[in-house]
Amino acid sequence: MTTNIHITTKINNQPYEFLAPSYMSLLDALREIVGLTGTKEGCLDGNCGACTVNIDGRIVDSCLVLAAEIDGCDVQTVEGLATSEGLHPLQKAFLEEAALQCGICTPGFLVAAKGLLDNEPNPSEHRIRHWLAGNLCRCTGYDKIVKAVQKAASES
Amino acid sequence: MVQTFKQQSNFKVIGTRPVRHDGFDKVTGRAIYAGDVKLPGLIWGALARSPHAHAKIKSIDTSVAEKIDGVLAIITSKDMPETEDKMIDLGEGDENPRWTSNKLMAGDKALYKGHPVAAIAAVDRYTAEQAATKIKVEYEILEAHNDVDSALEKDATIILETLVGDDLGEEVKNTNMATHEKHDFGDVDKAFTEAAFIEENTYTMQMVHQGYIEPHMATAFWDEEDRVKIWTGTQGAFTARTALSGLLKLDVSRIKVTPCEIGGGFGGKIPVYLEPIAALLSKKTGRPVKMVMERTAVFETTGPTPGGKVWVKIGADKNGKLIAAESKIWFEAGCNPGSMIGPAAQCIYAPYDIPNTRIDTYDVIVNKPKVAAYRAPGSPQVAFAMESAVNDLCEKAGWDSMEFRMNNASDQGTRRGDGVRFSVIGTKEVINATKNSEHWNSDIGQPEEGKVRGRGISHGYWFNIGLKSSVNLNVNKDGTVTLIEGSTDIGGSRSSISMQAAEVLGIPAEDVRPSIVDTDSVGYTDVTGGSRTTYATGFAAWKAANNLVSELKNQVALYFDRKLEDVSFDSGVFTVKTDTVNEKPEKTISFKELAEKLYDFCGPVNSVGSVDLESAGDGFGMHIADVEIDLSTGKTDVIRYTAVQDVGKAIHPSYVEGQMQGGSAQGIGWALNEEYYMKEEGGMVNSSFLDYRMPTSLDLPNIETILVEVPTPLHPYGVRGVGEVPICPPLAAIGNALKDALDIRFTDLPMNPAKIVKALTKK
Repeated sequence: MTTNIHITTKINNQPYEFLAPSYMSLLDALREIVGLTGTKEGCLDGNCGACTVNIDGRIVDSCLVLAAEIDGCDVQTVEGLATSEGLHPLQKAFLEEAALQCGICTPGFLVAAKGLLDNEPNPSEHRIRHWLAGNLCRCTGYDKIVKAVQKAASES
Repeated sequence: MVQTFKQQSNFKVIGTRPVRHDGFDKVTGRAIYAGDVKLPGLIWGALARSPHAHAKIKSIDTSVAEKIDGVLAIITSKDMPETEDKMIDLGEGDENPRWTSNKLMAGDKALYKGHPVAAIAAVDRYTAEQAATKIKVEYEILEAHNDVDSALEKDATIILETLVGDDLGEEVKNTNMATHEKHDFGDVDKAFTEAAFIEENTYTMQMVHQGYIEPHMATAFWDEEDRVKIWTGTQGAFTARTALSGLLKLDVSRIKVTPCEIGGGFGGKIPVYLEPIAALLSKKTGRPVKMVMERTAVFETTGPTPGGKVWVKIGADKNGKLIAAESKIWFEAGCNPGSMIGPAAQCIYAPYDIPNTRIDTYDVIVNKPKVAAYRAPGSPQVAFAMESAVNDLCEKAGWDSMEFRMNNASDQGTRRGDGVRFSVIGTKEVINATKNSEHWNSDIGQPEEGKVRGRGISHGYWFNIGLKSSVNLNVNKDGTVTLIEGSTDIGGSRSSISMQAAEVLGIPAEDVRPSIVDTDSVGYTDVTGGSRTTYATGFAAWKAANNLVSELKNQVALYFDRKLEDVSFDSGVFTVKTDTVNEKPEKTISFKELAEKLYDFCGPVNSVGSVDLESAGDGFGMHIADVEIDLSTGKTDVIRYTAVQDVGKAIHPSYVEGQMQGGSAQGIGWALNEEYYMKEEGGMVNSSFLDYRMPTSLDLPNIETILVEVPTPLHPYGVRGVGEVPICPPLAAIGNALKDALDIRFTDLPMNPAKIVKALTKK
């Protein structure tokens, strides 16, 4: 018998309250219950980073977190990057530097890169490559992604 | 007769770098991929799969699964429609629906690990996946063949009992060899007797996967009128429709495929996998059914590119002229016939002008997933062999390998290994650009203690394809144009196609608004593959834009009440020349002004462009790899990398560079780490991203790009396909760099730390 868990949380600065089965991942809850499909499924075993979200300031693979674990937390997804003022500097830099091809890994990269720049505004190229090594991209060879993060860092 | 074009050089839009049209949707998470599709009443499907690579299926018991709460339907091979046993044209290759159907749902035998044996529909994903584990199957395990040598042994277990092999036109029964083809030109045996230097070696490689980050996903709805709607991430909505028509035994007009945004493909999302199963589950339940493939199954059951064996022998005269080449290519087809032996033969000698050549190719059935296209399918494997052999030949004879490549370079009119002669190609221009590059002329630098460095180069070639595309254009009142196309945008092609229409119309790229639509809403368009999209769909957009200009000229003549032949169009402005006879003055009107006036004057103006291009401009590239090897661990770091390529004409240079960088990265992964690691009894061991080990951002340097532009006369703007060439050179470029650093020739891919340490120990 499925047990539903009552979850009270904040997603992209908005309060949410919902019920989710005890076994449901945060990834599925975001996509299937909350309706935020910007967070992508790539592997379901924490290896690709397509489902990266930020929970209370830490970047995590949402496929490895149970929905129930975000009770009382502050969750940021790709949908929370842009504001009414416009795109986040990372989003702008990704567009200008052509840092995406198919785009499936892009939400995860953006959330992960923001996690870096929030704490280290001027990372070296090596630091960026090290930080983003948990996010796989198969289209770009990472060159333009790294350059976009460098550009966003220099402009923000 | 193939149409050719004189090339222009004064572009306004082409060659610029606008923000891609779908960019905002993709950086905000709004873009709708196949996994994001939601329909009222949606239920989920899941598959039960064989744990064995080769086994007789003695019985399937679904009774336990059926009783699980929430399970709505179960199907097995008995529910698959009886498909025809004939080849059907899927644009970039033919397919036999009977083989495909059997690949998607096992009949009396499981042919590869992960082969589906039953499909379940249930109220949610968790229930469907849970029920899949409760399907009970009784297997009789058979000997599995992991590679071509094992499958071709005299007493090998036959994998497909009904297969009739084709050995140079002779029918062969009881065999795992599906096809043997031969291409023979000149007098190869005589030429080898005249050669001053000969190099001969055998190279081996394992299957590798395309590695797209988005797993296969599909949603299907089979309605009461036997019309099937499919939402999926596919490289070709129309070829998916053709494949589904064969598999479901429905006319194509009963199937509507909506191509969603796609999370990578590289060839691997041309075949259908989940779509027909979801459709049959929908038929049985009357509900829309969604299926998402787990990553393990993506590796174990979908399109890798062939592993196999390539033997190559090349001979040159004492002056360094290649006079003979011979090769034998054995490719693993997987569980059904159809590896890329044809393209391998087309590509192997392409960078060189060799008068006497012979190629034997063998398509071999093994107990692994059926191969699918992967970026220049068949070419990287043979480039690894040929380009390694060329380096070793030069070393043996004491020749500079760059000069040797230039002295033997193919050119317009050169005969390829399969007999086709080249049109205008840029092999020599690419070699020159490589030779003159900063990278080639720079010092490799000093390694730390315990490490050594080496530099290698390699050619790469892909022929590129044309095929069918359709584009519709509609003029909006505000002077913008909507562009309707059927080519899945996998890496910025909306922009490169729109820019070609914008160039003709003399309007900014941003004023063309592209949409990729379903199979009911645009004319037939072949796959996004074969490096054809910017070339062929761009050509269709060019044609549609020119048709639009013709129609607008008519309207301008009517609007000003003047003769059509007096109307001209240039850079977005229509001009009606002075009519001296009737004393009427010159008139001009811009595209934008005209668009607004037309709305009231004549109503909507639109146009169509469609093409069926039998050929495309061939693509050549050359890469330089600098590597550093840790002598204690055998780990290779790529410390500098440059990709040089003839791109014809770069429409949007950023995305051309992106193709070159991405292809290089995949090739580097293939060279150093990636492989299907098989258990002896069959079945892939490393079927996760962690164990398969694709390159991460930390594994790669910046990938430098040099765009060489030798326009092909086959396209109005000189466009050559660019997507596939860059995966071809890295394997041998790195192999040659390792040879330079360690004086060891690696002939078996991947050249991973374990193999390097072993080779160093032996040395």
